[in-house]
Amino acid sequence: MPGKLKVKIVAGRHLPVMDRASDLTDAFVEVKFGNTTFKTDVYLKSLNPQWNSEWFKFEVDDEDLQDEPLQITVLDHDTYSANDAIGKVYIDIDPLLYSEAATVISGWFPIYDTIHGIRGEINVVVKVDLFNDLNRFRQSSCGVKFFCTTSIPKCYRAVIIHGFVEELVVNEDPEYQWIDRIRTPRASNEARQRLISLMSGELQRKIGLKVLEMRGNAVVGYLQCFDLEGESGLVVRAIGTACTLDKLSSPAAFLPACNSPSKDMKEIPFNEDPNPNTHSSGPSTPLKNQTYSFSPSKSYSRQSSSSDTDLSLTPKTGMGSGSAGKEGGPFKALLRQQTQSALEQRGGSPHRFCRRREFPFFTLTAFPPGFLVHVGGVVSARSVKLLDRIHNPAFVGIMGNTRSYKLLDWNSFNADEPETRDAWWAEIRQEIKSHAKALGCHAVVGYSESTSICEEVCILSASGTAAVLNPRFLQDGTVESCLEQRLEENLPAGCGFCHIPYDELNMPFPAHLTYCYNCRKQKVPDVLFTTIDLPIDATVIGKGCLIQARLCRLKKKAQAEANATAISNLLPFMEYEVHTQLMNKLKLKGMNALFGLRIQITVGENMLMGLASATGVYLAALPTPGGIQIAGKTPNDGSYEQHVSHMQKKINDTIAKNKELYEINPPEISEEIIGSPIPEPRQRSRLLRSQSESSDEVTELDLSHGKKDAFVLEIDDTDAMEDVHSLLTDVPPPSGFYSCNTEIMPGINNWTSEIQMFTSVRVIRLSSLNLTNQALNKNFNDLCENLLKSLYFKLRSMIPCCLCHVNFTVSLPEDELIQVTVTAVAITFDKNQALQTTKTQVEKSLQRASTDNEELLQFPLELCSDSLPSHPFPPAKATSVDYSSFADRCSSWIELIKLKAQTIRRGSIKTTVTVEKASPMSEGNFRNRSAPPCANSTVGVVKMTPLSFIPGAKITKYLGIINMFFIRETTSLREEGGVSGFLHAFVAEVFAMVRAHVAALGGNAVVSYIMKQCVFMENPNKNQAQCLINVSGDAVIFVRESELEVVSSQPPTANCQSSCPGGDVTT
Amino acid sequence: MTNELDIFVGNTTLIDEDVYRLWLDGYSVNDAVALRVRSGILEQTGATAAVLQSDTMDHYRTFHMLERLLHAPPKLLHQLIFQIPPSRQALLIERYYAFDEAFVREVLGKKLSKGTKKDLDDISTKTGITLKSCRRQFDNFKRVFKVVEEMRGSLVDNIQQHFLLSDRLARDYAAIVFFANNRFETGKKKLQYLSFGDFAFCAELMIQNWTLGAVDSQVDDMDVDLDKEFLQDLKELKVLVADKDLLDLHKSLVCTALRGKLGVFSEMEANFKNLSRGLVNVAAKLTHNKDVRDLFVDLVEKFVEPCRSDHWALNDVRLFLNQYSASVHSLDGFRHQALWDRYMGTLRGCLLRLYHD
Repeated sequence: MPGKLKVKIVAGRHLPVMDRASDLTDAFVEVKFGNTTFKTDVYLKSLNPQWNSEWFKFEVDDEDLQDEPLQITVLDHDTYSANDAIGKVYIDIDPLLYSEAATVISGWFPIYDTIHGIRGEINVVVKVDLFNDLNRFRQSSCGVKFFCTTSIPKCYRAVIIHGFVEELVVNEDPEYQWIDRIRTPRASNEARQRLISLMSGELQRKIGLKVLEMRGNAVVGYLQCFDLEGESGLVVRAIGTACTLDKLSSPAAFLPACNSPSKDMKEIPFNEDPNPNTHSSGPSTPLKNQTYSFSPSKSYSRQSSSSDTDLSLTPKTGMGSGSAGKEGGPFKALLRQQTQSALEQRGGSPHRFCRRREFPFFTLTAFPPGFLVHVGGVVSARSVKLLDRIHNPAFVGIMGNTRSYKLLDWNSFNADEPETRDAWWAEIRQEIKSHAKALGCHAVVGYSESTSICEEVCILSASGTAAVLNPRFLQDGTVESCLEQRLEENLPAGCGFCHIPYDELNMPFPAHLTYCYNCRKQKVPDVLFTTIDLPIDATVIGKGCLIQARLCRLKKKAQAEANATAISNLLPFMEYEVHTQLMNKLKLKGMNALFGLRIQITVGENMLMGLASATGVYLAALPTPGGIQIAGKTPNDGSYEQHVSHMQKKINDTIAKNKELYEINPPEISEEIIGSPIPEPRQRSRLLRSQSESSDEVTELDLSHGKKDAFVLEIDDTDAMEDVHSLLTDVPPPSGFYSCNTEIMPGINNWTSEIQMFTSVRVIRLSSLNLTNQALNKNFNDLCENLLKSLYFKLRSMIPCCLCHVNFTVSLPEDELIQVTVTAVAITFDKNQALQTTKTQVEKSLQRASTDNEELLQFPLELCSDSLPSHPFPPAKATSVDYSSFADRCSSWIELIKLKAQTIRRGSIKTTVTVEKASPMSEGNFRNRSAPPCANSTVGVVKMTPLSFIPGAKITKYLGIINMFFIRETTSLREEGGVSGFLHAFVAEVFAMVRAHVAALGGNAVVSYIMKQCVFMENPNKNQAQCLINVSGDAVIFVRESELEVVSSQPPTANCQSSCPGGDVTT
Repeated sequence: MTNELDIFVGNTTLIDEDVYRLWLDGYSVNDAVALRVRSGILEQTGATAAVLQSDTMDHYRTFHMLERLLHAPPKLLHQLIFQIPPSRQALLIERYYAFDEAFVREVLGKKLSKGTKKDLDDISTKTGITLKSCRRQFDNFKRVFKVVEEMRGSLVDNIQQHFLLSDRLARDYAAIVFFANNRFETGKKKLQYLSFGDFAFCAELMIQNWTLGAVDSQVDDMDVDLDKEFLQDLKELKVLVADKDLLDLHKSLVCTALRGKLGVFSEMEANFKNLSRGLVNVAAKLTHNKDVRDLFVDLVEKFVEPCRSDHWALNDVRLFLNQYSASVHSLDGFRHQALWDRYMGTLRGCLLRLYHD
């Protein structure tokens, strides 16, 4: 009985009129947790009742605290008939269960009804008293922090990154229970909402247990998803990365500053501890992480149990034939040894991670500098499964008042359903692992899983980026040693991750290798696809852009296995075409790498849809991409040839235009290639070909040779013609707009503070007459393009701005309907700075490092050096606590950095200008903020963003995870403004409820916000519609840097952080 | 391929001022799109008509959802569904409650009832303002009227508090409520030359001096109803024209004081008795509701028109009215000085405002 939950119902406002006669409401509130229910008095005849109740106290297990939501129901008292429900509020009390997050939940919550939407608000105060016997062995996992953010959260540092955690729970969907036939839609919806809330609570608790078992204290990159399998049930599954995190709050905290990405992996094992006496100058504070050190026996047993699946670390014998392979073999073995020895002996190491788990997967997409050594490429696996109905009579009727979560504990049942699902995923993960292994990589980063379900067919997908991670993180590397390394290998930084991890002579797939354009020492591929964010130390030329491949394939309607087979047969073709499209579009943009790649395959009754989104960039380390060569099959026809050459010209023009647009002008071109940047097509492709073969002689090109040459398009039939056309139909965003689907836009770093997160949903109905693949493709393409155009138009007042983290989701709700949901954030940036493109490479990268600091998991060296001597709070857009905590350390480095000082200072001045320029602009956008009549607004602004940071601000506290699931249904669709009116209102309501919960936690923003599901169903004939939305994110408190600066520039002011409490920050 | 569903929801609610204006002006989505196309927005932004259509629909839906909240502006401030910066909230409210001069002139002083609402068709045709916009404006008048009608305290303050309007707009609404409550006739042909501003100016003076609130700030309806007692007392002023001696004395005092100062002295001298009779009779008649309604008609007929036909300059009118009211203090036989000041002080202000072409 380790917890006491206390709830106080203060007041209500804006309640709906429940009594037509008096136009008033007699409201009271039921507060329910688990099986216990309390009631307030009835507050007669008021739409703004003041209950001011006593504290309702629930004495509960912490297990319950984690699983159960607090359920608050507002009702209208009726003397003669049953009381009418006005609506409900579900409050997840998880954030109160760990000490560093919120201490109280207090605020106005929208009262939500699944039929009527939001009906007024209720003011609630919730507290939890936890007792102290938390550390004994138990079923609960209170205290494990969860983050949706897919990088190490801003005010923490990673002590250890333990690795992959996953879990899933299964239940019958209340919507498909027999009882659903006799209960009201409201009861059914509420049963579903409550069940999912319970299931996610349970899932989170179980994952927490796994984390505790691994001796971690947090889950980063936590992604929870629902599979609505219909008749066969409801699956809630989650994946994440277990970590041990340390808070960076105290100024003396030891910061891991091992910035140096190793440029050459082979050196590392033989370069052990380059500076052995650095221990003397080690961390000045006792290492907190010692508390998290492993119990050796336990970790050992795990290791041995999973050793047979841990093969990825030992290369296949067949691969060791080349020289690199020979070298790679022992190295990898050594790496593994080190991993183990580090685990066992160096418990106090600040930079440890371990991959004891079966799957060396990381859901993170951004890493501490140097963590990522090499990137192999995207690995993905898909599998088509048939769903079976769950047969379990025990589940019938559990949705009453019984504690259904007990029933959810599948271990106590004979049901093998979750094991089936587990086995499915295990199979896929195994495949991913073996793919990664084939790429010579021992880990998968940027890992994610998804499903697409249509009737009884389910496609399971997993993808990630095969990678080699830095073993130095296992050593006692101190800051100083890192620093020296940094200076030594200064310039080549930013290309290391591009170098191939696999064996050159046994390449897992055909690729053209060439020497790295940056360091000229290692081999790099000609293009690089990844699912992660652009590493902050990567050297990029120009700007990035959103690249999408869109594809539809018709499929015959079929049942069960026939259907699954048909889908399985189509999948490889779709994958191939999506890949080709991506490659062509990438080349058309003149770029050579994709980041944040996400390929979604959606299955419908009669078609499959593929949508791939990624952010294209030009990596300086990779070779210049080739142009696109068009070849006709019937060269005799004069007009045809003319046509071909016309197309070729158009394509070349587009490439040239894109290069200009994205400012891609790599210096290499002018050095190595004769004359104009865009040579004649034939000449050009030859050149590129020759480069990619890393020989100086021009070899004869065999253009028709096929699949290796993704950039040669043959237009021998109309299909191919269409493809070429579709390449050219992608309109670039209007000037002043950029877009990407990664966290930050490569090449833009001077963000100003205005952000606008939005969700846009579109559904189109296909006319069933012209359902050919071409027509489908065109429709789908138009849908996406028009949607983007609409976004650009709507957000035009924010120009210059960038759409970041553009996330498209496709679903096929019905035969002829295609639904596309987009969530993204528009961020303004300072154009003046963006135009300064003439900076030298070094300056550029410095600048990038300084502004991307928000993005940094650890602290970039360059920045602290320039800001420390003069400012306690730096002018740059960086986090100030980081600086101050660095202060003493950095001052001793200044000599080392002196050489660079000049450049750095210049950089910092520029950044200052940005901030100053930015402020009037952002004020202009919210001008006359203090308009007299409305100045007394009581609603605090809550920002929402899918990014892990807020531009121009510093996140000071993480308050807990927000994970909410809502159902909305209507039987008066027309009256609510049709489908658009219905969904518009619902999405707005979901935003409102997220904001209210964040505000009640004391926060003023949600970061890493994601709308994981938006399932919309309509039946216009019956005037009905239903929608399910699932969102999540991290509630945080942020403080504007401008405010920090203002405060710091006024000497007498003491503590700025306390002067900027969460709720009051308005922008 | 048709868009079945098409929505855009921002965390901060996007408000396009131009579209808001079109919506307030009562244009349908299609008309609004056409007007936006004509404004050249497609050329400026490179957008297509379909994009514009979708954007307009989105905004219209948002405004439609906001309208319910705009009916009680404090709700807009406290609601949680739409995150709107305060300056934008103020703009939304102010624009929503703004009205057209042409429209307000049509309904000013009319009973804000269903009957009047039925006439909105005609008003729409006459003024060229869309029926939808007319309805909104009419409903705004009525809503404000209903809320503040029986409320204690200053009318302007009450309106400002309950509708969060700017000071200027709240004053205008105070005038509208005051006129609607007292049903002053403003629609007669001879009053057509007067603007809403003229009436609003008079309304403010009357609220300040002639209502219950002018003497006692603790009564209900204090700023809305005229002080009945005061109106009864006004009968006492009749002596100024009924008593021939008093009238002559009054005239001679005014003439002596103004001789040589007035451009239209002879006309004034000739007309003095008529004008004075007119002004005093207006006062005496105010006991009857019917005559209260005709106040402005009477003032124009009895004072403004005669002066105008004699081509009095505005300054002449001012000098005359000042002297005319001040001279009464020198009439020893007249005992109702305070009453006279309360009446004439306001009337003088009104007449000066009403005196123009």
